[in-house]
Amino acid sequence: MDLILVNLIDGLVTGLLLFMLSAGLTLIFSMMGVLNFAHASFYMLGAYFAYSISLALGFWMGLLVAPLIVGLAGAAVERYGLRRVHQYGHVPELIFTFGLALLIEELVQFVWGKNQMAYSVPDVLNFTAFAISGNSIPAYKIFMIFISVGIFIGLLYVLTKTRVGMIIQAALSYPRTVEALGHNVPLIFMGVFGVGTALAGVAGVIAGPVLGTFPGMAFVLGSIVFVTIVIGGLGSLWGALFASLLIGWMTTFAKAYNIEMSNILNGLGIATPENLDESLFRDFWSLTSPQIADILPYILMVLILIFRPAGLFGKRSS
Amino acid sequence: MKNITKLGAVSALSLIIGAGSAFADTIKIGFIDPLSGPFASTGTNGLHQFEFAADYMVNDKGGVLDGDTFEIVSFDNKTSPKESLIQLQVAIDQGIRYIVQGNGSAVALALTEAVDKHNRRNPDSRVLFLNYAAVDPALTNEQCNFWHFRFDANADMKMDAMSDVIAKDESIKKVYVIGQDYSFGKAVADAAVSMLGEKRPDIEIVGNELHPIGKVKDFTPYSRKIVASGADAVITGNWGADMLGLGKSIIENGFTGPIYTYYGAGSGMTGAFGETGKGAIRLVSEGIVNPPPTEEASAYYQAFQAKYPDGNIDQTRISNTVGMLAEAIKAAGTADDVVAVATALKGMEYQTIWGSKVMMRAEDHQAIQNINILNHTDEGVTFPFDGSTFGVVSEQTVEMASADAPTTCEMQRP
Repeated sequence: MDLILVNLIDGLVTGLLLFMLSAGLTLIFSMMGVLNFAHASFYMLGAYFAYSISLALGFWMGLLVAPLIVGLAGAAVERYGLRRVHQYGHVPELIFTFGLALLIEELVQFVWGKNQMAYSVPDVLNFTAFAISGNSIPAYKIFMIFISVGIFIGLLYVLTKTRVGMIIQAALSYPRTVEALGHNVPLIFMGVFGVGTALAGVAGVIAGPVLGTFPGMAFVLGSIVFVTIVIGGLGSLWGALFASLLIGWMTTFAKAYNIEMSNILNGLGIATPENLDESLFRDFWSLTSPQIADILPYILMVLILIFRPAGLFGKRSS
Repeated sequence: MKNITKLGAVSALSLIIGAGSAFADTIKIGFIDPLSGPFASTGTNGLHQFEFAADYMVNDKGGVLDGDTFEIVSFDNKTSPKESLIQLQVAIDQGIRYIVQGNGSAVALALTEAVDKHNRRNPDSRVLFLNYAAVDPALTNEQCNFWHFRFDANADMKMDAMSDVIAKDESIKKVYVIGQDYSFGKAVADAAVSMLGEKRPDIEIVGNELHPIGKVKDFTPYSRKIVASGADAVITGNWGADMLGLGKSIIENGFTGPIYTYYGAGSGMTGAFGETGKGAIRLVSEGIVNPPPTEEASAYYQAFQAKYPDGNIDQTRISNTVGMLAEAIKAAGTADDVVAVATALKGMEYQTIWGSKVMMRAEDHQAIQNINILNHTDEGVTFPFDGSTFGVVSEQTVEMASADAPTTCEMQRP
């Protein structure tokens, strides 16, 4: 019972981290129709910038400044890169962001080298917040939860309660009409791209110390972010939040409990074959949940695409 | 005008050729390891250590034979066995007769087979394969051949030393084994279970688990299981990002016992573990740099740091590999006849600059040497890693570990 609570907290942290990445991506995707392959690379840049800044000015300045730099870099990429490529259609845009991801990875290796960076949790937060039957919950995890929830509430407020948010939402669905009303839609695009990448930067800043800061960190997280926004529904902030938490809890629980496939099958009334070593399905029978935990989100995505192509919270059917 | 240019070119060319034949040759050593991709840092660090060892131990001391010098020629294999075979062919075509490789037993197994085949078919251009880090026991057992020499202790020998140390520690009653889901991770887990079962039958293996290699984002769920299992110690063969991620996560989530690792230091890891890893991370390794074992070793390390300020000597076996090859070439009196060099290398006893001895066992070409348990700390560290204040300090040593370990190798000698 105690362990369930601990896993709920761990899953929440994983899910919220995923949310910060997918929130920006889902806004960018629904607005511009661009699958930004370089999104996770901005997450990596956030971690590296914050590491470098933290060496000179401490962790907190890193948290403040690094996302700003990443956001500006993202806006610049939109203004001088994507906008030019945009006129040639979606495929060149895809290829552009894909190339950008490779470029950023090489650049990071060039500047910081290929080693792991010694980017660590600040001393102020380096203690155990509380323990549940021997399982300690680091204070930093609580801090991560507060930061991400704060960002979610802030985003929700801006998008639903302010004028800027209304124009963004309108531009999401009817860009031509919004343009005809005299709004500068390209500027909105640039702003959304910048804010989206800055969010990825924040995620990098706070995830770098716990998940490691190394050139492969973008690659490890890259594909799962796309899965999240597809499951949640494109353009839906609530969808991104729901899908992120779902994936966070699903993978955490699957890894934390060794549920064996043979138990499930036996429970369904299928008997274990007599001679398991010679059985055709030996590997299938001996599967355990930690082994398949990381592909569960992908299975879920396939199911969603079949039964509800617009995603759980998606509205647009195109 | 044209003729003069031509004349100049020809005379320059003849000068170069003349210079080449008048002075000593270079002995090329092909280094085939990852220099790009996820494991690039490990490969690049190894390359630096090889280049330095060749210069410091051979070239600056006048070379071998008639002043022949060593040259390390690097080939990027991206940790792929397929790519390695292509690079091997390129190296052979360039006239390279000595191949060194270490990262990944899958690569080493492919290379040793290819080298064996090549040498049988082309007796005129035979090559030697000097393996400095691939530790799958099969390479010196059922897959052994005359052309392969291993300078690192194999996975079983390391586990033998590690389990000796664990067996001596009475406070350890429960052990959790976790590793990457591939041949090496499985070999470590099997060796741990069987050797601990033999030496300390009372130790309970409370967990034996494999996770996907290079794909786990967050190790927290695994750490929870380890803490919940009540384990007193953890054994892992993880390396690279998987090692750092697992180690950090276990410690941060409340585990207080020792974590016995194969590769828990260097390549940025020691710096990144920092204070959190103190007193927890143990490493089984053949080399000692702290406390500095000899004057010679200190001078060597300082010279290395002068050249690579951010670099570490985390693989002392690399200097042993270069040193032993040089000795074997001297003993054979030739660098071209690799059969003579291999014959000189087998059974060789070599006094390393690290103060210990290495014996290249003749039956299976497996180096027998001291194996140490090192401790991650910032106390008593003369040579820290990764530009941090932390390093690994020798805690216990098993002298000439597993010297009598049996081998199933049946070698065909030319």
